[in-house]
Amino acid sequence: MAHSWGWPALFLLGAYHGINPGMGWLFAVAVGMQQNSAQAVVYSLVPIALGHALAIGVAVLIGALLQIVLPLLYLKIAVGAALVALGVYRVVRSHHFRWGGMQMGFRELAIWSFLMASAHGAGLMVLPLVLTLPPMPAAHHAHMGRFGDPLTAILATLVHTIGYLTLTGAVALVVYQSLGLALLRKAWLNFDLVWAVALIATGCFAWII
Amino acid sequence: MPLWRPDPTFYPSPKMAMQAPPEKLAFVAMLNANNNGRPDALGVVDVEPESSGYSHIVGQLDMPNPGDELHHFGWNACSACLCPYAPHPHVERRYLVVPGIRSSRIHIIDTKPDPRRPEIVKVIEPETLATRAGYASPHTIHCGPEGIYASALGSPDGDGPGGIFVMDQDSFDVLGQWELDRGSQYLAYDFWWHLGYDTVITSEWGTPKMVQNGVNPDILLKSGYGHKLHVWDSRKRRRVQELDLGSEYQMALELRPAHDPTRAYGFLGVVVSLKDLSASIWLWHRNNGKWGVQKIIDIPAEPAEPEQLPPLLQGFKAVPPLITDINLSLDDRFLYVSCFGTGEFLQYDVSDPFHPKKTGSFHLGGIVRRATHPKHPKTALNGGPQMVEVSRDGRRAYFTNSLYAPWDAQFYPEGIRSWMVKVNVNPQGGMQLDPQFFVDFGDLRGHQVRLEGGDASSDSYCYA
Repeated sequence: MAHSWGWPALFLLGAYHGINPGMGWLFAVAVGMQQNSAQAVVYSLVPIALGHALAIGVAVLIGALLQIVLPLLYLKIAVGAALVALGVYRVVRSHHFRWGGMQMGFRELAIWSFLMASAHGAGLMVLPLVLTLPPMPAAHHAHMGRFGDPLTAILATLVHTIGYLTLTGAVALVVYQSLGLALLRKAWLNFDLVWAVALIATGCFAWII
Repeated sequence: MPLWRPDPTFYPSPKMAMQAPPEKLAFVAMLNANNNGRPDALGVVDVEPESSGYSHIVGQLDMPNPGDELHHFGWNACSACLCPYAPHPHVERRYLVVPGIRSSRIHIIDTKPDPRRPEIVKVIEPETLATRAGYASPHTIHCGPEGIYASALGSPDGDGPGGIFVMDQDSFDVLGQWELDRGSQYLAYDFWWHLGYDTVITSEWGTPKMVQNGVNPDILLKSGYGHKLHVWDSRKRRRVQELDLGSEYQMALELRPAHDPTRAYGFLGVVVSLKDLSASIWLWHRNNGKWGVQKIIDIPAEPAEPEQLPPLLQGFKAVPPLITDINLSLDDRFLYVSCFGTGEFLQYDVSDPFHPKKTGSFHLGGIVRRATHPKHPKTALNGGPQMVEVSRDGRRAYFTNSLYAPWDAQFYPEGIRSWMVKVNVNPQGGMQLDPQFFVDFGDLRGHQVRLEGGDASSDSYCYA
């Protein structure tokens, strides 16, 4: 079934990724503090968002390729199983991501963001939503699958990234300019746990759509 | 179990950590230097003034084997877990990693169920450390963003090179040697880092063979002990620069980098100069991408009659100050300096790190002075100010008086009677001994002090 609510859902999922301190905004704040510059916060958001978009794009691309060889039902089952497995793994083994340092340039920051998002299964989490999207009219006429339509794939990545960047950028700037990092001590919920649950939930979601 | 919210003892910045509540307990490494087959211990000292146990050892955990020589130790996790590139703030500051510098055995001690009754949950045997990392005589422990880091004086055969190894933060497994390219670095002692600059600094003492039988005058007079700092790229794990103080400066020990991650400088204590037995404090700093080092404080030796001196020093007719530990408050403002020889304890305002100002000084113990404590004004004390720890809020400092068993015996041959004292600090500078606080360690000797919840040398920060 194709649902048009897939688009706003993609945006919201991006926002959810963006609000996670480990997924980007905290790094932007750290760069700003290290260089004592609000501009540095904004500049660092560019590679961070780019890396995140790349992680989503790669997952969507892999999904598209798989759809060429797999019937949609099988793909849903496979994506769901992968999500549930990753979620359970993250509950059982709280292995944390470790790569990088504080002095990273544009390229390294983008790689960091890509790896961070990929390690957390951010792209995989987006796949079930992309599966619900209605195909673009052009693709419909060509009888292509949703993934087979490159426009949908690019748009999906874009919408998700805009949601991500809106939140991560807003939080980074507000925290840097006024709130300060003291809020981390109370408000930094264990996103790894929430995240694992979200992975499992979207996995189940992939099965029922 | 992972926590739902960050460990409340983790603070993003040193400034925020200064708002932390006062510590109630202190953990102290207690050495058994009596050769009586009894082990060393970890002591728990009550440091809460309102408590009935104030200034007493309220808990003691004996090690499973004799002869470890407990020395320095550290936490499994700290504020570095909040660093943005490897964030995992939902682990607990709970386990103390306590190595024996002589045995090379590492104890993992759980302080959680009851901090007054800590328990050993894991022991890493020297063979494991040797096989996994090729090192022996583990020394400094620091919790880092990616794991637990430790320095080691040398290799399992007692020679060099010494260096750094890494332990897994969850399993405490020794993961291996940290260095990928050490260049000419051979001697090791302390290490710490500038997280904001992806830079590690290491210092030099001597290999296990050079130190375990005491100061060797032959090595010393040939300038054989360490006199260099090494600067490392922490991501490439490669030494990038060597800073030589000059060979007359012997034993470059404690490293205290600025806590603020944007400040690229730090302080080093040097035990003795061969020229005049003085001790010194050095400042390393970064300038245009290169690191440099310069002397900022000189503390001269004090003349003394030979009969007042131990055999090692009689020919010199002087007491060397012997700076054996330093500590820096979390606001990078006050530097504390222990002079194990003369018994002097000093405080400097280092707000301008290039131009330190002396803001406080008193004596306790000392080779000649034997200065007394206000709680027992008639009892001459020996040993001298040594391992010093500063509270997170900067209002209190604690120190003990034992250095290292083979060296204690050379400078205080009559045998050290060990104690721990507390110093109350005036926020604007100046300090006084707390007249109520004096811990007598009996037939054990107190060494490093760690404060419950963290202190001024336990945590590193990624945010200014």
